[in-house]
Amino acid sequence: MTQPLELVCPAGTPAGLKTAVDAGAHSVYCGFRDETNARNFPGLNFDRAEMQEAAAYAHDRGARILIALNTFMRAGATDLWRRGVDDAVAAGADALILADVGLVEYARKTHPKQRLHLSVQAAAATPEAIAFYRDRFGIARVVLPRVLTVEEIARLTAHAAPCETEVFVFGGLCVMAEGRCMLSSYATGKSPNMTGVCSPPSHVSYREDSDALVASVGGFTVELFERGEPAGYPTLCKGRFEAQGAVSHLFEDPVSLNAVELLPRLAEIGVTAFKIEGRQRGRAYISTVVRAFRSAIDAMAAGGKVDFDALRALTEGQRETVGAYKKAWR
Amino acid sequence: MNGARTRLSLTLGPVLYNWPPARWIDFYHRIADEAAVDRVCLGEVVCSKRKPFVDDVILGVVDRLERGGKEVVYSTLALPTTKREMRDIGDAIQAGYLIEANDIATVHLLDGRAHIVGPFVNVYNEATLALHLTLGATRVCLPPELPLESIRIMAAGNQAVEVFAFGRPPLALSERCYAARQAGMAKDSCQFVCEVHSDGMDVCTLDGVPFLAVNGIQTQGYVVTAAVHHVTALVEAGVVALRLSPQTCDMVRVAAVFRELADGNTTPKEAGEALSVLHLPGPLSDGFLRGLPGCTAEVD
Repeated sequence: MTQPLELVCPAGTPAGLKTAVDAGAHSVYCGFRDETNARNFPGLNFDRAEMQEAAAYAHDRGARILIALNTFMRAGATDLWRRGVDDAVAAGADALILADVGLVEYARKTHPKQRLHLSVQAAAATPEAIAFYRDRFGIARVVLPRVLTVEEIARLTAHAAPCETEVFVFGGLCVMAEGRCMLSSYATGKSPNMTGVCSPPSHVSYREDSDALVASVGGFTVELFERGEPAGYPTLCKGRFEAQGAVSHLFEDPVSLNAVELLPRLAEIGVTAFKIEGRQRGRAYISTVVRAFRSAIDAMAAGGKVDFDALRALTEGQRETVGAYKKAWR
Repeated sequence: MNGARTRLSLTLGPVLYNWPPARWIDFYHRIADEAAVDRVCLGEVVCSKRKPFVDDVILGVVDRLERGGKEVVYSTLALPTTKREMRDIGDAIQAGYLIEANDIATVHLLDGRAHIVGPFVNVYNEATLALHLTLGATRVCLPPELPLESIRIMAAGNQAVEVFAFGRPPLALSERCYAARQAGMAKDSCQFVCEVHSDGMDVCTLDGVPFLAVNGIQTQGYVVTAAVHHVTALVEAGVVALRLSPQTCDMVRVAAVFRELADGNTTPKEAGEALSVLHLPGPLSDGFLRGLPGCTAEVD
């Protein structure tokens, strides 16, 4: 390996950020408490003062802080996003994670030396798309969609250079091209692109129906849990639907992504950074997951054996998948 | 705004579904001869596996449309991934077509050449729109989820904004084919099962409520977007074109209704009634335009 692998970890709150840094995150990513970031949930994210402190905390311990402004600017309110960029730079962000090309242009013009990453929400899935952002705006790293195969990631990583690639290895799995999905907007009026939320809790309801618990999003029934069955969160694209007279998880099963077994291969093909999803997760979860991945990365860097069983144990009892990274998924 | 308003033009969007070649050809021949649209977008936008069928017949159709006085636009694949898919897009650019770019990679290949930006590119605000205009876009069809409130701000003063005004709203794209998955097949050996779903495959909730429609790798809304109650507001905002997205219903009639509406020869109410008697795959909706959930049924 020519360069050390970077473990990029979620920080939904200031406390979560400290947990992730203390557990060994090389980088943490977080966002401001408003619609400029794609995890705009109540009780999450950072105000301006908290962001300053978070950056100091991370930097004092040798970790980097990546600030996500990865929704699409609302017409007539672009100042909110621009101010976010300015404040993120002022807070000492090591990189900004951006999705809207209009905001990328602003950040590049206003802060010519600031390191910029392209969010997964920009869905850059071809060498040409990456070249667009790299050549015009000096994007230094692109976060790749979760719907590519390992072979495609290898090709993209080779073409992207000197732009680095970052891939999701653990956590939630989007089955639609990220940043190009309006399912939530269609059912609830709130969307990842415009509001920073998907299937938001404010629009989720549960009701008892004889022997089952019925979960709805925006009034549409998405899942039915038998009594005693654990009730998961009803995300629209992971629900059960009827088509052609058959009921199925038409888009995706309620699974999460776990690409641990692919870590050595992803490192070999030149991926720079591994990303863990889950800014909405609790501190205990973050601590456990970050520690496990950090020791795996350290073991790989030292040419040692990776304890895959420890990583697999993280999702014990849950359903997981290597997702689209293997072509059979399609 | 000052001076005379630009005449609102009508764009027929690309056929998004996998229609058999004979149906595809007949459709465009009738459009060429009878439809009151100013321009027609052609090309396979959803799945590159369907593209050979279109390629075989496209030249004849282009010729017929041009002889019918329509401006012809070549719409590119919305989610290109492979080297071959990108090469095909490069070939279409080289062939000299007026290109509608449906993703940013195509904008990159166009390298400043005049083009149209399609509704699959994320243009959500005036800054991003202005950037696309500097990159060579002459018109931008906005994503269907944008509310009128945003459109008003974006359409002011540039004579470049087109709005998705009719048809099932495109909602999402995936590398996975849901038509094949539903039929228990892999994408690579799909046997073109999507061909039977000429308006998309209806998807209902567990309690039988119609919700979405699947078109191969694309997910659409079950409803049919209809902007009839907003045409005046769109024109006042500076919108220069409306997009009509083909369904199996009588699209010549749909175009006529929107033309009459744009010219002030019918009322929104009459236009809505004229559309609702056609064989539509779902109820009319203007939820997105009103800033509501996109599934919201139209109200007068």
